[in-house]
Amino acid sequence: MAPNNKISKIQELVYEIRVGEVMKKDVFTVSPRTHMSVLRVILKENRFSGAPVIDKGELIGIISIEDFIKWLAGREEDCPISEKMTRNVSTLYTDEPLTNAISKFDQHGFGRLIVIDRYSKKLEGILTKGDIVEGLLKKLEIDYDDEESRRLRIQHFFEDISADKTVLLFQYDVIGHDFKRAGECSSRLKATLKRLGLHPQTTRRVAIATYEAEMNLIIYTDGGHIRVRVEPHEILVRVEDSGPGIPDIEKALQPGYSTAPEWVRELGFGAGMGLNNIRKCASKMDLRSTAGKGTRLGIYVSVEDGAGCEAN
Amino acid sequence: MILEDIKKILEAEVIVGDELLSRNIKMACGCDLMSDVLSFVKSGSLLLTGLTNPQVVRTAEMADLAAVCFVRGKRPDRETIELAKSKDIPLLMTHLLLFESCGRLHLKGLSGCSENVKQH
Ligand SMILES: Nc1ncnc2c1ncn2[C@@H]1O[C@H](COP(=O)(O)OP(=O)(O)O)[C@@H](O)[C@H]1O
Ligand SMILES: [Mg+2]
Repeated sequence: MAPNNKISKIQELVYEIRVGEVMKKDVFTVSPRTHMSVLRVILKENRFSGAPVIDKGELIGIISIEDFIKWLAGREEDCPISEKMTRNVSTLYTDEPLTNAISKFDQHGFGRLIVIDRYSKKLEGILTKGDIVEGLLKKLEIDYDDEESRRLRIQHFFEDISADKTVLLFQYDVIGHDFKRAGECSSRLKATLKRLGLHPQTTRRVAIATYEAEMNLIIYTDGGHIRVRVEPHEILVRVEDSGPGIPDIEKALQPGYSTAPEWVRELGFGAGMGLNNIRKCASKMDLRSTAGKGTRLGIYVSVEDGAGCEAN
Repeated sequence: MILEDIKKILEAEVIVGDELLSRNIKMACGCDLMSDVLSFVKSGSLLLTGLTNPQVVRTAEMADLAAVCFVRGKRPDRETIELAKSKDIPLLMTHLLLFESCGRLHLKGLSGCSENVKQH
């Protein structure tokens, strides 16, 4: 992963990871009726810097070492915790994304936040900034491992083959006008690329482009072939038909231009964006057509381009 | 938020994927044009749509979407349901209209596909 990829990955993760995944679950709690003198022992023995105060299963406050010091400094008499605790506790829900926690820490400067369940309001855990960092690091490490093993898998596959050049070829046959089965070829190709261990973003780009091309075969022709050539650095999808051809390629490439019949539009296709989508997903696209003879479309997706960025 | 939250917010019925309700939903989009979905919807998103044909599930599969919710009380046919099951794509159904569904989710903090996670 390049450094700037890592940053955007963290930005993504703070939205993705929930508070409940990284919080500490074993929380030491105290009762509001415990006396401050007893709290002193608890804090000292366990080296806690604070604890949530729970009454009948419900969170009613938090008592921190600062509250304790204030009580000591005031030389006041012994009293129950409930008299000295902070009542307005800022809480988080287990299902909130980390980004919410980070902005709460930023706003209030708290050392820790209590985590409760959104619906039952019961105490679930406690979260510190350290937990957030730890959670992010763990997730990055896992993602990194995934990425590494993925890279190794496809590399091993190609490395194990002893040849000066290795190329994998897959062919899929598309039946025209069979709208019910539309997308099956792209689906099978996608599953195959996944199994080969290609990067998910590369696979996604190839899948989307192939799907749009497959739809065109089904809508405008009597069928055709999709031939896919996989090399370690590039995937080439060749789509061929001997249908009516495209009389004006430039026009067909214009966003919004479509000759799709009404029934196709009703199914959510035929908005004239297909070829544009293909071009967006591809590192290079090559479209040739002869009216009355057929159409050949070449979609090149370089493995480098595909990894690490959402194509669209 | 997770799919379970979405189900509650939209008062939706789960058609496929009762066991997938803890799935995390990063973003959402409301759209009836599949090419638009393929073009700008990010992976991991929820698709809200008024169309119920199997191509909606195919589109979700190709674009790595996290779930699909049908609006206006439209129920998908058996083929759509079977396809979603085989691809592990949860299907929900709400009686709300598309605009209201999107509005409710947006109010609850779910963002659209052009907001929030900025990439490069
Ligand atoms: N394989 C093909 N054979 C004949 N015409 C095609 C083919 N592919 C695309 N076209 C023409 O190009 C137009 C634009 O295609 P596309 O960008 O996929 O948009 P859409 O399919 O939504 O119309 C189509 O409406 C059709 O007229
Ligand atoms: Mg098309």
